[in-house]
Amino acid sequence: MSSTRAAFPAVGSADESGNILRYTLAERVNHWIAALSYVYVLLTGLAFWSPALFWMTVFLGGGQGARDLHPWFGLLFAASTFWMYRVWRNDMQTTKADLAWKAAVQHYIRNEDEDLPPIGRFNWGQKQFFWVMFYSVIGLLVSGFAMWFVEKIPGSMLWVRGLAVFVHVVCALFTIGAFIIHIYMGTAMVRGGFSSIIRGVVSPAWARMHHRLWYEEVTGQSRGKSRHDK
Amino acid sequence: MSQASLRIQKISGHSGPVPGAGTQREEIVCKLVDTTTCIGCKACEVACVEWNELPFSETVFDNTYQTMPETRWNYWNLIKFDEHESDDGTFQWLMRKDQCMHCAEPGCLAACPADGAIVQYANGIVDFQQDKCIGCGYCISGCPFNIPKFNSHTKRVYKCTLCADRVSESLEPACIKACPTGCLHFGTKDDMKALADQRAKQLHDHYNFPNAGVYDPPGVGGTGVIYVLHDVTKPELYGGLPADPHIPWMVKLWKGPMKWLGNFAMIAGIIGVTLHYLRFGAKNVEEDSESGGKR
Repeated sequence: MSSTRAAFPAVGSADESGNILRYTLAERVNHWIAALSYVYVLLTGLAFWSPALFWMTVFLGGGQGARDLHPWFGLLFAASTFWMYRVWRNDMQTTKADLAWKAAVQHYIRNEDEDLPPIGRFNWGQKQFFWVMFYSVIGLLVSGFAMWFVEKIPGSMLWVRGLAVFVHVVCALFTIGAFIIHIYMGTAMVRGGFSSIIRGVVSPAWARMHHRLWYEEVTGQSRGKSRHDK
Repeated sequence: MSQASLRIQKISGHSGPVPGAGTQREEIVCKLVDTTTCIGCKACEVACVEWNELPFSETVFDNTYQTMPETRWNYWNLIKFDEHESDDGTFQWLMRKDQCMHCAEPGCLAACPADGAIVQYANGIVDFQQDKCIGCGYCISGCPFNIPKFNSHTKRVYKCTLCADRVSESLEPACIKACPTGCLHFGTKDDMKALADQRAKQLHDHYNFPNAGVYDPPGVGGTGVIYVLHDVTKPELYGGLPADPHIPWMVKLWKGPMKWLGNFAMIAGIIGVTLHYLRFGAKNVEEDSESGGKR
């Protein structure tokens, strides 16, 4: 890692106070484009989902406005997700370390992190979140186009219209489930996670505790030097 | 029938009770279309465009007498022409007046998410309220008859109103008024069914139409437009009238079990993470100075 600070430092580089860059500026900007566009499509989608929630359209652009904007924000979210795919595709492949971590996941849930095998930049759960979002976005995009231009689907293909709505709902529910867990873990459960996606950096101790293989990779420290193995 | 017949008994996208449901002793109105005496003059098409003052629409010539392939946002009433040769070599020229069927259980209304954009009056008329329509097109997915049509300029959906404005003033719909052969009738659902059954029996007993019958599909709870057909076993021959129309099961699933399952899952998810926090709390990192990091 370079010791001089670049304008756009790379993942794993350390800043002047020794903190490690976990997310580049581009990754953070993209994350927040995805997050804000997702929240908009989530809220407008929920308004269309249930009459009991239709009132939410009042602050989302009105009924007509929400309906006009929902697909455009959906496109933005999809574009942002595909950008993540381009950048994180390799990081999101399941490794042997992930499988070992997955087998011990009950320790993670119980906050017994000292009993967990070490993992890389992303853990198995984060990778699941990514792939659930990625594949759901593909389903949402395809079904969403059919719903956006429903009047263009010929009347002889009525079943396609119904299928599109159904697929959209199922994929959306998957993303909502993943989103609830993501928000909870990113803000309340894993302290330090939220600031890392805002300012980009984590402390060495945080990196060592949550992503030890990644920590060792970016700092060049072997496991022998790690406090945990002493 | 009076203005009170526009009291509303079903509302789209509405949670909670409906103000007009069961508050009125009101006859269900119904159109009867006798396809066996229709001559395809299209007077009903013109009357519809005239009464509703719809902008004129370009016709599409496809080597038949049909005005255009299907109804449009500004063309709510269309005679469908079909030439049909039976197995015994006899030839029939089938004509059917296509328009909104005013289902007792409307798929458009069930699918609509906008509060009050689609209503069903106490007299059974299903009506779109364009000021409340958000243009999502869910009604298009919910309709088994392919009736609601989207206007890409206003971004609203339109269809036949069964001349709710005329009916509320005790007038028959414009199409009925214009019909020169008397193949169109208007009245209460009970009267129209009796008349239709009588005509079907006549066709059966005296005109050698053994399959003559009345089309009033139960899959959508019966319709506010019923047909007398020469052959009720093959409604598809009449411009693709569906044999067993029902709200698409995908839409039913989405508006029924999926909604409950989805709501349950979302609430359970939120309760789940809350309980997790109360039981296990946060993951805190023990900071150290060993590696020089400060947060």
